[in-house]
Amino acid sequence: MFDSLSSKFSSAFASLRKKGRIKSGDLTEILDEIRLALLDSDVALEVADSFIERINARTANSLDEINRGINPSQAVFDIVHEELVAILGGTARRIRYAKVAPTVILLTGLQGAGKTSLAGKLAKYLKDQGNTPILVASDLQRPNAVTQLQVVGESVGVPVFAPEPGNGIGDPVKVAKSGLAFAKDKQHNIVIVDTAGRLGVDAELMAQARNIRDAVNPDEVLFVVDAMIGQDAVKTAQAFLDGVGFDAVVLTKLDGDARGGAALSITEITGRPIMFAATGEKVGDFDLFYPDRMASRILGLGDVQTLAEQAKKAFDGESAAKLEEKFASGDSFTLDDFLSQLEAMKKMGSMTKLLGMLPGMNSGAMKKQLDNFDESELVRTQAIVQSMTPAERTDPKILNGSRRVRIAHGSGRQVSEVNSLVERFTQAQKVMKQMRNGGGLPAGMALPPGMALPPGAGKAPGGQKPPKKKSRSGNPAKRAASS
Amino acid sequence: MALFSKLFAKIRSGSLSSQDWLELERSLIESDLGARSAHEVIELAKKVKGESLEDSVTEILETWLSAQDRTIANAPDRTTTILVVGVNGTGKTTSVAKLAQLLHSRGSSVMVAAADTFRAAAIEQLQTWGGRIGIPVVAGKAQGDPASVAFDAISQAISSNSNYLIIDTAGRLHTKSGLMDELEKIRRVVEKISPIDEVLLVVDATTGQNGITQAKTFAEKLHVTGLIATKMDGSTKGGIALAIERETGLPVKFVGTGEGIGDLQVFDSKRYLHGLISD
Repeated sequence: MFDSLSSKFSSAFASLRKKGRIKSGDLTEILDEIRLALLDSDVALEVADSFIERINARTANSLDEINRGINPSQAVFDIVHEELVAILGGTARRIRYAKVAPTVILLTGLQGAGKTSLAGKLAKYLKDQGNTPILVASDLQRPNAVTQLQVVGESVGVPVFAPEPGNGIGDPVKVAKSGLAFAKDKQHNIVIVDTAGRLGVDAELMAQARNIRDAVNPDEVLFVVDAMIGQDAVKTAQAFLDGVGFDAVVLTKLDGDARGGAALSITEITGRPIMFAATGEKVGDFDLFYPDRMASRILGLGDVQTLAEQAKKAFDGESAAKLEEKFASGDSFTLDDFLSQLEAMKKMGSMTKLLGMLPGMNSGAMKKQLDNFDESELVRTQAIVQSMTPAERTDPKILNGSRRVRIAHGSGRQVSEVNSLVERFTQAQKVMKQMRNGGGLPAGMALPPGMALPPGAGKAPGGQKPPKKKSRSGNPAKRAASS
Repeated sequence: MALFSKLFAKIRSGSLSSQDWLELERSLIESDLGARSAHEVIELAKKVKGESLEDSVTEILETWLSAQDRTIANAPDRTTTILVVGVNGTGKTTSVAKLAQLLHSRGSSVMVAAADTFRAAAIEQLQTWGGRIGIPVVAGKAQGDPASVAFDAISQAISSNSNYLIIDTAGRLHTKSGLMDELEKIRRVVEKISPIDEVLLVVDATTGQNGITQAKTFAEKLHVTGLIATKMDGSTKGGIALAIERETGLPVKFVGTGEGIGDLQVFDSKRYLHGLISD
């Protein structure tokens, strides 16, 4: 997400960085570039203009002061960063729970924004936090929306209140109302009401949305919006704000190459913060929205915080501690340890997504490599290690030719791939030993700053397999786990 | 937006200021035509002397329309197969139903295939529509292999002498290469039996500039023959449709204008362009 915006920002600032002193002409130039980049990313025109205006006001008038500083281009960059955070809504906002349960959450939005899928994700998210949510099927319009919600509910293990079959039959207001009563009766502490998609211009359906709202008196009305929406975001968001009103925004389909302009516009236009972002088709692809992290991503600074959090989720504390201990004590790092790292990494989600959170990964060449990243590489590596006996995993030195052939057969890979893995692993072991002894990184090993050494970080032997991928994949997890 | 008509009135009196031109450009940007294209139109229009501004802007935009055939394919002596693709939530399943209804009402026999086995209840959704229209729906198991559903469908369509087979597929973001390969597989499997005559890409008219990338990526992977622009009944002017036509040369064939089964219209470029600049 935000890739195109991010790469345009970096190229704009790259040219600014070359300048020692910034002249007002330079500033105009970069602001023009940024404005065009924003419009290309579907930021609403009025928002793009006011954003540029604010940055201009903060920089143009204090250009002398900026130039007196140590790093003028960085000063401008910081201002843009601050304004981006501000435009995205400042701080992350969380759900306001009702004082007296149940907390009622109402979902609204255009057709196809992803309300029903989101209802499931939200329910799972809340359930994982120890709540007892229930879903209410008030979309009686779209054929089989009710069935869809039932399937979604079942897949996340959350009950669905669906007294009406839908497909045009039943009164959504009544369903919402009786759903709330049912939830109270069964002591669910959260009620999520799914409603039919509607257009902002459809007065009748907007009135119906209002009636549903008044019937259940929600604590949070969430406006669900497709991250790929264009300039119409302004009108649609305003129409929903006027028609039914909403407290916060949920962005969906952020996993595509959505330019994300809507994210930047909606908060500014409506004054309502973005609360959640959905980033994939799986029920777990859902998280709180953090404006500061998003701003960092747009500016190519990466999102290391989210990465660290996901790592923490995936590596349980015990295994992380064990690994750390192992590293410190000088016990050799075995292929078994490597395997458990791989598994933890897989738990963290797709590599492309994870690597995309690293600084600089979303620009130009890096981005290309990232897009071509083969997710099944991890699985293949895993298969090779799993085809080894425990003895082989502890002591890879015993891996002679015939053992390697057996492993290749067992994992369905080529012997050369087994060789390459073993070689990389041995290299990594060596490096780790060297590091432990205070030897630092061997010459020629370029690692991103601040990164602990992962397994498989050795140089590519013969370059048969792109070990770069794997070596990088080890980095964030390891570092995050041990921090 | 009475802006254009206001300005059109002005130009006749010959008093368009640079501020007016700027406003024109802004209204085009706000239609999702794209900032660069909007700027281009205005620069071109400025050079046109005399005449009405509306006519000159329309003429410029007309040159950006696709020159390709906008009629739906019709193979005279075999089943015409239409594959419907697009990203999530654009309205594929609804469009499949509407298109089936349209062809059915023209007197053709139509069969639809529920090859969206991924989204919960997508199969049931299409079956409900099929029941309402009164046409057969070929479906497999939820989470099953979409290519095998498509294969069954084409076999059945041919043996029952259907004029049309419309295949609904699961929504997929164009960035997911694995899922894009799956579409390729559906095409390959179907074409073992009978050629696919149309691949229609469903694009949500409220989409922004991302729509261009969507169209390009789908067109690279499959031989896309045209577009269906949905949700044109909202507040959007759907400038992205023209932007896509200009960038890819793909023609918009149909326009979705509501939730009813009859709410699908053949694309009318005159009306579309008028809506884009005049309303």
